[in-house]
Amino acid sequence: MDSGRQQSRTYLGVPLFRPRVGFFELSSCEGCQLQLLNNEATLLDFLSLVEVVNFREAMKERSEDYEIAFVEGSVTREDEIERLRKIRENAGILVAFGSCACFGGVNQLKNRFSLDWVKNEVYGNSPIKTDFVRPLEAVVKVDLKIFGCPVKKEEVEKIITHIALGQEVVHHKYPVCMECKANENVCLFDIGEPCLGPVTRGGCDSWCPTNRAGCWGCRGPAEDANLEQMEKIMKENGFSPDTILDRIECFGGFSVYAEKLRKDLGDSR
Amino acid sequence: MKLDCNVNIHHLTRVEGHGNIRIKIQDGKLLQAQWEVVETPRFFEAILVGKRWDNAPWICGRICGICSIGHTLASIRAVENAFGIMPSLQTQKLRLLLKHMETLQSHILHIYFLAAPDFLSAGSVFPLIESHPAVVLRAAGLKKLANDVCDSVGGRRLHPTRTVVGGFTMLPDKKDLARFRERLADAAGDLLLTADLMKTFSIPDFTRETEFVSLKGAGDYPFIGGELISTDGVHKKEYEYRQMTNEYIVEHSTSKWSRLSRESFAVGALARVNNNFDYLLPEAKEVCLSLGLKPVIHNPYMNTVAQLVECIHVVKESINMIDELLNSPWTEPKQPVIAKGGAGVGAVEVPRGILYHNYEFDEAGHITRCDCVIPTSQNHGNIQYDLQELARKYAAEGMQDRDIELLAEMLVRSYDPCISCSVH
Ligand code: SF4
Ligand code: SF4
Ligand code: SF4
Repeated sequence: MDSGRQQSRTYLGVPLFRPRVGFFELSSCEGCQLQLLNNEATLLDFLSLVEVVNFREAMKERSEDYEIAFVEGSVTREDEIERLRKIRENAGILVAFGSCACFGGVNQLKNRFSLDWVKNEVYGNSPIKTDFVRPLEAVVKVDLKIFGCPVKKEEVEKIITHIALGQEVVHHKYPVCMECKANENVCLFDIGEPCLGPVTRGGCDSWCPTNRAGCWGCRGPAEDANLEQMEKIMKENGFSPDTILDRIECFGGFSVYAEKLRKDLGDSR
Repeated sequence: MKLDCNVNIHHLTRVEGHGNIRIKIQDGKLLQAQWEVVETPRFFEAILVGKRWDNAPWICGRICGICSIGHTLASIRAVENAFGIMPSLQTQKLRLLLKHMETLQSHILHIYFLAAPDFLSAGSVFPLIESHPAVVLRAAGLKKLANDVCDSVGGRRLHPTRTVVGGFTMLPDKKDLARFRERLADAAGDLLLTADLMKTFSIPDFTRETEFVSLKGAGDYPFIGGELISTDGVHKKEYEYRQMTNEYIVEHSTSKWSRLSRESFAVGALARVNNNFDYLLPEAKEVCLSLGLKPVIHNPYMNTVAQLVECIHVVKESINMIDELLNSPWTEPKQPVIAKGGAGVGAVEVPRGILYHNYEFDEAGHITRCDCVIPTSQNHGNIQYDLQELARKYAAEGMQDRDIELLAEMLVRSYDPCISCSVH
């Protein structure tokens, strides 16, 4: 990266202090990071907003000197704890980047089983190290969460602008359903598909329902999410208990309720 | 002759995931040339057990952030094969179009953002924004086009939303398809400029003979499903994939390795071009030969060239498919799915090589066993043996450690490894 960090830049016309930013990943698909490289239209604007000093996937140079750390992925092995603590020490602001980092993401589905069983299922008798999957905040202090599997680039840019301007970041309180209705979509329940839109935190602009696919709750619960009510709606629409559980437990955002549902099901799986 | 060499790269950059390179030569003897994969496993194959069939494509797409479309399609194919579902012609075309655009997106990302900086003496694409603005803009434009088509056909460029067992939840807008057709025609020109740029790259002259594995073409250059072949003459059915991959566990890697007729084999763009050159469209063939890729080529650095050849092929074929889609009325996007017990395999050529998903189901359609074999894990062994040969050759020529290090990095990058995917 260039070294012009003293020089003031503008983002959409706003002069900004250009924070030094590092991207890091623990156990993840790296998709959330790629979302940034994947938005060619605004990538250059984004790069004028921050100074990227650590982004292993894109650049060879590395620096431990950064103000904001975006950490993707969840903690699933001992050495990741050490890496995460180091990043925490170096960073002024640590951002849990994507649902793997915020809730454990799809990775946490592993926690349904014993570690011995998962190891044996995949690696047989060969030794392999792994722990139960944890979100970042189970290990270090997290200053800010960016939800989504994947994160939504527009939202990321908005949040970074807020940080750079020193403004508080406020997440959407309302559910995906509100956005879906504003988008005038056909409700999936009307065409016989399940959807977690009524209880999931908005901000993705009803990404899945707008594509006629039910929400799986990747952004975790909306404020005041009524899960009993959700369960009832699903049942009334004829969906089996395991369909409800599959969705509720998929990304880890509803872990307490998922635990309850699993118990109700007799933990038969 | 140089007697000592020490290369130690921790967490190689500009590749997906975490891997280390270690080369040690002492008194002219190669002690170690190792490709270590240290990525944490996420245990997708265990996670899926107990889940109903409709979870598979949705969860398995999350194996990889670069080729989530390929994983989703391989997963869907495995489920459909298990349930005896034959996708409609329209669904097949839309899936291939989506697949092609992922190939374009991924190959361009590799050619320009991951590989090119080595040939243009930069540490990343970022300084190229100032030094080679036209090049970066061209790359961004091509990637954007590919991603825009993926948004429109798959619902989302990463972790697609519309792709389901039985077809699509929703169809793209024909007006959008018509616009994409025009942009694809322009992209063909940009790819020829990319070929001109690539002619200026000095591709290391290094060969090590190996075996190449891919889908077998039958009339068309293959991407989704079909039989399996290798340059050493192995020929298997899709469901016999395990006889092609022969996975085994090595100590210094959390990813499994593979072998077939020799100690290792290679998959990916170079393997596909080597095995299926005859089925490339004429424009792609022409560029292929003009870049010195005349199959069978055993130089692993040529994989990046093969990727460009495939970009041209997929762009041309996508134009043809869009024409066909525009000239026929839409039919039902999705067919009904009836789950049943049994097993199914889906083989798909994703950007980095052939990918297999395999599930077993109980009568109610819950997964009882899951196996995914990732292209990069099939390549790890080949990367390792290439590194050994490379270290030996260049150390014997008296090359400096620094230069060997760069060539080793470039070698691994040329495979465009997707490491977190290979460990999954
Ligand atoms: S949250 Fe989803 S997209 Fe992001 S890294 Fe995790 S699996 Fe990938
Ligand atoms: S489709 Fe889902 S998000 Fe949209 S209105 Fe219906 S329940 Fe709500
Ligand atoms: S609709 Fe639901 S599953 Fe889809 S992106 Fe939004 S929160 Fe995630």
